[in-house]
Amino acid sequence: MRNSAEKLSNDISLMKKKHRPKDAAQKFAIYACAILTVVILFYLLIYIMIRGLPNVNWEFLSTAPSALNKTVGILPSILNTLYMIGITLLIATPIGVGAAIFLNEYAKRGKIVKIIEFTTETLAGIPSVLYGLFGALFFGVTLALGYSIIAGALTLVLMILPIIVRTTQEALKTVPNEYREGALGIGTTKWHMIRTIILPGALPGIITAVILAIGRIVGESAALLFTSGIGTNMPANFFGHMMESGATLTVQLYTYAAKGQNEPAFGIAAVLVIIVLVINLLTNYLSKRFGNKNK
Amino acid sequence: MNASMTIIGGRKSKTILERTMKGIFIGCGLFAIIAVLIITIYMIVSGAPAMFTIGLKDFLFGTEWAPTAADPKFGILPMILTSLVGTGLTILIGVPIALMAAVFVSEVAHKKVAGVVKPAIELLAGIPSVVYGLLGMIILVPQISKLEALLYANDPAHIFTGGANLLSGIIVLTIMILPTVVNISITSLKAVPQEYKEASLAMGATKMQTIFKVQIPAAKSGIITGIVLGIGRALGEAMAIILVSGNVANMPALFSSVRFLTTGIVSEMSYASGLHREALFSIGLVLFIFIMVINVTLNTLLKKEAAANEK
Repeated sequence: MRNSAEKLSNDISLMKKKHRPKDAAQKFAIYACAILTVVILFYLLIYIMIRGLPNVNWEFLSTAPSALNKTVGILPSILNTLYMIGITLLIATPIGVGAAIFLNEYAKRGKIVKIIEFTTETLAGIPSVLYGLFGALFFGVTLALGYSIIAGALTLVLMILPIIVRTTQEALKTVPNEYREGALGIGTTKWHMIRTIILPGALPGIITAVILAIGRIVGESAALLFTSGIGTNMPANFFGHMMESGATLTVQLYTYAAKGQNEPAFGIAAVLVIIVLVINLLTNYLSKRFGNKNK
Repeated sequence: MNASMTIIGGRKSKTILERTMKGIFIGCGLFAIIAVLIITIYMIVSGAPAMFTIGLKDFLFGTEWAPTAADPKFGILPMILTSLVGTGLTILIGVPIALMAAVFVSEVAHKKVAGVVKPAIELLAGIPSVVYGLLGMIILVPQISKLEALLYANDPAHIFTGGANLLSGIIVLTIMILPTVVNISITSLKAVPQEYKEASLAMGATKMQTIFKVQIPAAKSGIITGIVLGIGRALGEAMAIILVSGNVANMPALFSSVRFLTTGIVSEMSYASGLHREALFSIGLVLFIFIMVINVTLNTLLKKEAAANEK
């Protein structure tokens, strides 16, 4: 019944569809590639979890590795990662937000803005292994910081600066121009306007920038291998530890993997995937929550 | 609250504060310029001398890398070619797959399916590269080793790599750039005006014709940006491939143990000294030049896109 109706409509209507074999082939290609991508990606995620999670227990998370007792633990690496995040953000956030404010609020479109935007893009494009080389030379040798967490953090400041500048700039652009005109119209000065109107309005965007930067710091390894090194000692002194060599989670994962100790490496991989998952959920939540409000 | 920071503060102190803040913001803005300048200068100053000590021709076109031999050789042609061939093949395999997957998510898939697939792809874009290296070493390398044993079973001249070779490196790189290219392609496909699609369908084109003849061409500039970013990522990647590509400076061949520019730096940096160490910085300079060329290309592309959007 349905077939004959379809046939009838095909015969009489303008909508008569020609059979295109190419359509089927193209559709097949789309589905095949999509399925391939999804299968690979989910397989990898599940593999990391199945192989990694059994290694993750309280002892793994809360002790330092000991060659003497032949135990592995990632607490020093967790602390080093936190140090790295803390120091890097403490330096990079003000500079990045400041640069975004300059680009968006002070600068007029012109050569200087173009150069700043180009160099920011350049910083984003430099591979991490070159940051590692530069950091080892500049912070490690020239500034005599050697292999230390602070040298690694300063290297990462350069690396994450573009993320913070760009994301903050996007956030600043969503603050309506009327707010600026209104504030200036009733006689505030520019800085007062930025401090009381613009920055609070752009805060969710700045927070998103910081979270994205944390993701990048957590995932970095090549830039840190030759700047902050592979130390896995527990911090003895809160401030003194900054001058010591310290491996972050990814660097420790690499050293384990290079030595063939795969089980702890997968344990760290599982921890990293969970951290990345939390970061993604947070950014999605923030952009949904605050992105819609501005529309 | 400090009077100088409010609206009704004294004029003089306010002006000083305004000027200081403006100065600080300009300083922040100039930071990126200074950083790029310092990085460039350091790269050249540390990388160029060894190049000339070794001889530019011997360095760039020498085929032998033996920095610790009695008669040291510093030829990086195998590494340059490996990086270029590796990146090229990665893009050649990865981009069509990524583009089709992006079409699937943005045009073909049911909303609910897309709602699961897209966050998963974003998650994989955020996974540290060293994790991909670990996965490649454990899952992929043994399989490639079996394939190699099968293919070269009757070839006595073949040097077996145990699965750590260029092919493994390319597969890991391809999987690594997939999320990047997919994400950017989805964004640019979504940015194509709905009217284009409607007009094409109304003219009687099939859905596939609309996708391949209207939507993909309209999203072209965004997709190209994604590809260029993918090239940059593949060329600059070190930690994901150092564990799977065998790390011997051979000429690129799918089943040869190879060394990329990036892995060449990472694998010897920890113990190199003297001219050897300087030569590693020269490799860095070569890589830096490649990346700068890509950045400038990307920048021009983005500018073109921005100009096209303004029209």
